Amino acid sequence: MSPLAVAAETVDGGQRALTISLFVIFVLATLVITIRASRNNATAADFYSGGRSLTGPQNGVAIGGDYMSAASFLGIAGIIALSGYDGFLYSIGFLVAWLVALLLVAELLRNSGKYTMADVLAFRMKQRPVRVAAGISTIAVSIFYLLAQMVGAGALVTLLLVVTSDTAKNITIVAVGVLMIFYVTVGGMKGTTWVQIIKAVLLMTGTTLVTILVMIKFGGSVSALLGEAADKSGKGDAFLNPGLRYGTDAQGLAGKLDLLSLGIALVLGTAGLPHILTRFYTVPDAKAARKSVLWAIGIIGSFYLMTICLGFGAAALVGPDAIRAQNPAGNTAAPQLAEAIGQDFFGDVGGTVLLAIIAAVAFATILAVVAGLTLASSSSFAHDIYASVIKRGEATEKQEVRVARIAAFAIGGVSIILSIYAQKLNVAFLVALAFAVAASGNLPAILYSLFWKRFNTQGAVAAIYGGLGSALLLVIFSPVVSGKPAGADGKSTSLVTNPDVDFSWFPLENPGLVSIPLGFFCGWLGTVLSKEYNAEKYAEMEVRSLTGAGSEKAVSH
Amino acid sequence: MTTKEERSSTDAGGGSTFAEVQQSEEFQGLKRTLRRFVFPATVLFLAWYVLYILLSAYARDFMATKLLGNINVAYVLGLSQFVSTFVIAYVYSKYADKHFDPTADRIRHRLEGTTAAPATTTSKRTRS
Repeated sequence: MSPLAVAAETVDGGQRALTISLFVIFVLATLVITIRASRNNATAADFYSGGRSLTGPQNGVAIGGDYMSAASFLGIAGIIALSGYDGFLYSIGFLVAWLVALLLVAELLRNSGKYTMADVLAFRMKQRPVRVAAGISTIAVSIFYLLAQMVGAGALVTLLLVVTSDTAKNITIVAVGVLMIFYVTVGGMKGTTWVQIIKAVLLMTGTTLVTILVMIKFGGSVSALLGEAADKSGKGDAFLNPGLRYGTDAQGLAGKLDLLSLGIALVLGTAGLPHILTRFYTVPDAKAARKSVLWAIGIIGSFYLMTICLGFGAAALVGPDAIRAQNPAGNTAAPQLAEAIGQDFFGDVGGTVLLAIIAAVAFATILAVVAGLTLASSSSFAHDIYASVIKRGEATEKQEVRVARIAAFAIGGVSIILSIYAQKLNVAFLVALAFAVAASGNLPAILYSLFWKRFNTQGAVAAIYGGLGSALLLVIFSPVVSGKPAGADGKSTSLVTNPDVDFSWFPLENPGLVSIPLGFFCGWLGTVLSKEYNAEKYAEMEVRSLTGAGSEKAVSH
Repeated sequence: MTTKEERSSTDAGGGSTFAEVQQSEEFQGLKRTLRRFVFPATVLFLAWYVLYILLSAYARDFMATKLLGNINVAYVLGLSQFVSTFVIAYVYSKYADKHFDPTADRIRHRLEGTTAAPATTTSKRTRS
């Protein structure tokens, strides 16, 4: 029996009650803040961009809260705990990615855009085709990411509150969905931002606490921690070297290319994620946007360094058998470590308290991320598709914000239903898919439109549909969807669990290696095949993006 | 709100058109200042990152070489990715503060007809 299950029998009720109470406190605090934020939510700039009045550091912390998902908190710690070194690759990709945002995107986007990613892409293009493409891509990326997070929330409740019934999972998913709809519709960008800031502070505090305890335990020696983790892993030194999980020798060439494909999508995807891009509009100017990325890099970098400690700490102090017994993917490694280390330092009560804290932080993490995603996708629907395409630019600001709120209800509702349905499916690939689509479709369009004079409407549309379409198609015909060999239970680990159904022909699980170059190529080809070029608008965009002249100003209340 | 996104796309304010500003030596210099840093830096960190991934995939014996206790080459290279990210971010912010912002601000204030420091330009502005 796993330690957690043993603990569950003894202090089960206490821990569960404590986790729930801590989480309820978080929810109440964020609800109050959201309602307060709603008092200043009159205009579109308020709803979409929090009035552009956040400071650089505030936005930097919120970006951290938006970006550090449960997948990275629980997922990376779990991968390291079970596969050792290879989990590290995720951490590095997720961090290095921020240099793309800092050097190439954040400031220029802040200066030339208004509310959504499409504002920049459509700046010197024909509005409707570009906005439709950007809107579709925004909503697709956000929904993939949303589903992964919400299904994760359902799984998490089983793991952390030791309840297994489907009803409990469904209730959790519905509760997460309803809360995120509330944050977004009532609080707009300002409310969502504060949820993210609070979550980031809680997450950093919780991980720092556990990291410090682990380091004290090993006398401050990373080498000793690694040694103990390798011993307990049962894999010896191989646990500390690359190759246990990604690009294993058994997977051959495809495995190694898959590793490269994943790595590239992680690094290039971040600066094309719509919910990250819209955060750059929440500050008064480009300089503050730069500062917010610097803060984000500091916070996210420290966090991912600590996940290494959490992962190896869990391997050393909990052990892979106990982790696997609780969750085969290792998603409970971090909470289990919190319990073990708490027990070690402060006895049974300490273990229970620390586990409850980390569990509550994990729920807070999910809420903050899904709220950001819902806001970005509903904003894009209202601003790009409703106002520009359906109403042809004739919608009033009031109508637009009302549609954004309705869209948040609709997207939230659809996500709830899809997540409940998707619970039984293996949806872990959705996060990687969101990054791949963002890197293949959105990033080429953004970079071309900021740096390539000749770029035009047809190029933008081709880049987005080419990148989005190829990433999706390649995943559908990859082993992710069908054709993985059957496991012990006779079921394939692909999305289609029947091992006899196999329509896969693309060997990589991550499409980025092919779809990213293809997205850039489509953007180039589409551009050169069209004569359209608006020199005046390009001059305006270039001057505006570099100097900030004529850029959207902060709203003063 | 009365601000409306309507104005001539040629008029940059300050009596000049966007095309004139774009062609000016000052603006071209600003553009060079930015590109001179961000393009090489991007090539550098992407190459460095891809090298790291390729080493993780293909040079596993090398990555497994122990350097200090249980810490091997793979960790040192991995941590150096963190360090290089922090360093590039820091150097860029210093570079932009010193070489980019003053010129960008000067052009912006001339176009917007403000001479004040950037901190005071955050009030609501009505365009005509």
